[in-house]
Amino acid sequence: MVVKIQVNNLNCWFKNTQVIKSLFLSILEHEILGIIGPANSGKTTFLRCLNRLNDLNPHFKSKGEILKDGRNINTIKLETLRQEIGMVFAMPISLPMSIYDNITYGAKQHGIKNKKELSGIVEESLVKASLWDEVKGRLDQPALQLSGGQQQRLCIARTLAVQPEVILFDEPCSGLDPISTAKVEETMINLKDKYTIVLVTNNVKQAARVSSRIAFFLMGELVEIDTANDIFVKPSDRRTEDYITGRFG
Amino acid sequence: MSPRITQKIAFSLLFLVSLVVFIPVLFIIGILVSKGAAALTWEFIFSMPKDGMRGGGILPAIVGTLLIVLCSISIALPVGILAAVYLNEYAKDNLLTRIIQLSIVNLAGVPSIIYGLFGLAFFVIMLNLGVSVIAGALTLAIMELPSIITTTRNSLNNVPASFREVSLSLGVSRWQTIRRVVLPNALPGIMTGAILSIARIAGETAPILFTAAAFYVPHLPHSLSEQVMALPYHLYVISTQIPNMPEKITYGTALILVLLVLILSFTVIILRIFFRKRYKW
Repeated sequence: MVVKIQVNNLNCWFKNTQVIKSLFLSILEHEILGIIGPANSGKTTFLRCLNRLNDLNPHFKSKGEILKDGRNINTIKLETLRQEIGMVFAMPISLPMSIYDNITYGAKQHGIKNKKELSGIVEESLVKASLWDEVKGRLDQPALQLSGGQQQRLCIARTLAVQPEVILFDEPCSGLDPISTAKVEETMINLKDKYTIVLVTNNVKQAARVSSRIAFFLMGELVEIDTANDIFVKPSDRRTEDYITGRFG
Repeated sequence: MSPRITQKIAFSLLFLVSLVVFIPVLFIIGILVSKGAAALTWEFIFSMPKDGMRGGGILPAIVGTLLIVLCSISIALPVGILAAVYLNEYAKDNLLTRIIQLSIVNLAGVPSIIYGLFGLAFFVIMLNLGVSVIAGALTLAIMELPSIITTTRNSLNNVPASFREVSLSLGVSRWQTIRRVVLPNALPGIMTGAILSIARIAGETAPILFTAAAFYVPHLPHSLSEQVMALPYHLYVISTQIPNMPEKITYGTALILVLLVLILSFTVIILRIFFRKRYKW
């Protein structure tokens, strides 16, 4: 198993509150790592450390190192890092432009100008995000006319269009109905062969359905990380068991 | 008192207050139209003044005001937008930023005659621009900067933070994010700020008094370094300095000034509608 991302002794603070405490974790290539845990357990903060989106917050501080393919992410050019590590947010955020422009937006900024090439990227990304059949006839329409579930898959396609290696999903189904949720989950599983996926979710069952391994976070600490099977059948920590059986959280 | 009655009283009070705002506008327009409409002829708008400004038209003043307003807005708008982008998107919260912000607030509070004197000392005399369209436009530009910066910052803040995050998360640089996502979506708000500025500076007299406005120039300007007649100053001149002025010319001039502001604002509003259609969320 190849380690895609290695996290060594990561500590994070917002102002003076420590939100992640001495975290060691490896993310393997072509796995779906599910991260579960109650609110304020540091899941999303951790995810946003990986593409350095936390840096936007002036009150954020961190110590420790995150290596991607063995290289410290702080030494990678920010634009390159974020192109290689894409992110899908909790709420489907379509930019106020057409479906086509939403998908080509990132690729264009990365220097792809050829129209044929861009159209190819649009089709390929939409197919991968299982949205192509639903929108192929109306790519020039505003993305905001799509339903919530379609918009979320559009966001996935938009992330895929810049050709990432890792995709971070931050509670991607929290605003979606069950059918849309199923489609997004199916998409994630299909993407596993080509990409490394980190999925933060509040939905324990969802983590069980799609993840290869699951990490349980609690109050900024990693309590346990194991294969999905093991963590549900024989959790080694009492707190994990309490959480997944619904005794708290 | 029952909640229903309290609510009724509150609503009627709110209604009356909004009437108080509306009534002066109605009166101003009403008086201008009733006393000045008779003066509005094509000749009045498109010809030179005659008989010591007691007859003829006011074309030089209309053109002068248009020139001054358009020049000053095309100086102030880019500077103001860029400054607002810097302050809002890039500047760290440090002493320098706070000093800049403080001076913007203070600039907004300076009386307009002070701007006029500053313009005279700095643009007209020190930079040797002379009393000219360009000196007046620069003076007005400085005066409208604070409001343009403030409204631009507000509309930048109104662009959802999530748009920026999405763009950045795709590996798009900060500047490209601002250019492609933030500014286009903030544009309608920025234009509203521009409308307000145009309306305000078109009627300003004090700042152009020593920097651009001429008492009487019975021809159209050939360049921006000439002094020109301007509607607000012309209005002041014909209402106070010239004996036996026909009333309808004074009111007609005032009406033209109001109409000019309306037309300028309307143009920007139409542009704004066009941009709103393109960027919608």
